Amino acid sequence: MTSVLYDAPGPRAKRRNVIFSVLFVVLLALLLWWIWLTLDDKGQLKWALWEPFTTADAWSTYLWPGLLGTLKAAALSMVIALPLGAVFGIARLSDHRWVRVPAGAVVEFFRSIPVLLLMLFANELYAKSPNIASEDRPFYAVVTGLVLYNSSVLAEVVRAGILALPKGQTEAAYAIGLRKGQTMTSILLPQSVTVMLPAIVGQLVVIVKDTALGGVMITYGELLTARSTLAANYANVVPSFIVVAVIFIVLNFSITSFASWLEGRLRRGKKTTGAVLSPNDATIAGTAATGAGGGVA
Amino acid sequence: MFDFLQGYDVLGAFWMTVKLTVFSALGSLVLGTLLAAMRVSPVPLMRGFGTAYVNIVRNIPLTVIIVFSSLGLADIFGVTMGASDDFKLQGFRLAVLSLVGYHAAFVCEALRSGINTVPVGQAEAARAIGLSFSQTLRLVVLPQAFRSVIVPLANVLIALTKNTTVAAAIGVAEAASLMKTMIENEAQTVLIAAVFAFGFVVLTLPTGLILGWLGKRLAVKR
Repeated sequence: MTSVLYDAPGPRAKRRNVIFSVLFVVLLALLLWWIWLTLDDKGQLKWALWEPFTTADAWSTYLWPGLLGTLKAAALSMVIALPLGAVFGIARLSDHRWVRVPAGAVVEFFRSIPVLLLMLFANELYAKSPNIASEDRPFYAVVTGLVLYNSSVLAEVVRAGILALPKGQTEAAYAIGLRKGQTMTSILLPQSVTVMLPAIVGQLVVIVKDTALGGVMITYGELLTARSTLAANYANVVPSFIVVAVIFIVLNFSITSFASWLEGRLRRGKKTTGAVLSPNDATIAGTAATGAGGGVA
Repeated sequence: MFDFLQGYDVLGAFWMTVKLTVFSALGSLVLGTLLAAMRVSPVPLMRGFGTAYVNIVRNIPLTVIIVFSSLGLADIFGVTMGASDDFKLQGFRLAVLSLVGYHAAFVCEALRSGINTVPVGQAEAARAIGLSFSQTLRLVVLPQAFRSVIVPLANVLIALTKNTTVAAAIGVAEAASLMKTMIENEAQTVLIAAVFAFGFVVLTLPTGLILGWLGKRLAVKR
């Protein structure tokens, strides 16, 4: 394999690569050995601590409800945030100053505030409302926080998606006599949906990860909270963290893979104009002013 | 109107946020650069490690990482970051460690996309005059890559600033944890939230504007 930075290795380079590989393996092995020894020393490797995960009990009582909590909050937030984001994204592109400026201010404001602050605030606000049962409050607060933040990020995605279409599309639409609203709904939006689909799917990863915040800070019953009750029961701190981390990795990795598969498929497809927003592009394409770091949060 | 601010060290909390941000930003820049170098290096094993690291870390919630640093790293592995008696300092350093480990993956990805913007001819020319891999990377490719990824890196920095709030989960007395205490004790929920929101806007807006402007100025025009 060659790359920009080096040629196909010759005999000397091959030898050097082997030496580096060996050194690297030794370092990694030392680290793993230390981890193993410490875990063994603290009794975290005892089978009794790992056994619960092979029984149905730990899954049905702790992990499954936790995962369900995570997925429920993430799915609901996505479903509410998407249309809201679309409205704000389109409003930011409006020809009318009085629509464009306030929409832009709202989007930029919620993008520059940490989700945690939004969740804490919503939680406290709902505590004052007599209409919300106290056991439902964390769920509402988590969803509110996620919706406010992610709809503003999705607004940027929508805006970037519409801007990524060639200008000729709009001009052609005007030329055949379509009005602004018609151009948007029958020409621009249908095309931009395919353009931004990968970026939207990618945003799901951020939402799934952020539900964990609701777990530690406002006692929402998601996976991380489930882990702590589970660990309190079986005294298996490290194993429980490893299992929960693996669940998150598998979940998010499948979302990421799906997003990039979709992106590749759309890029190859003949029906689009060729522009596709990948999950990583989303923020780069948005205004540089207060980029939110799409996948980072 | 703002009497509720009395008795609370709001500036101190934001100073903690700033400290977390600065230390973590420097650390993740160094670790991220190292990881990016690994991902493009000729040694397959290092490439594999870099890829695995980025894919694993990116998909774990930062919250899980930070909580683990306190309950797992400190309590089980005894990693106290040289502050075993001072719990406040220990929490701070563990938070920085987690933030560095997490954001390094994103810095690495940003840098790698920057390396891809450097024309192949440049690296070929560098190799043609006899520069080694590390010399090519250090003298020719990375300096240009850094200049072209200032805006994506600024996005990572802004996200990092906001993500420092997660440190509240392990008891670091930064802005989010103070806001939690304040809105629980005081009546003016909306005003308090507005003060903290304003604080974060003040922290992140100039970062985006300045680095965005700098990115445009420094980008290698091709």
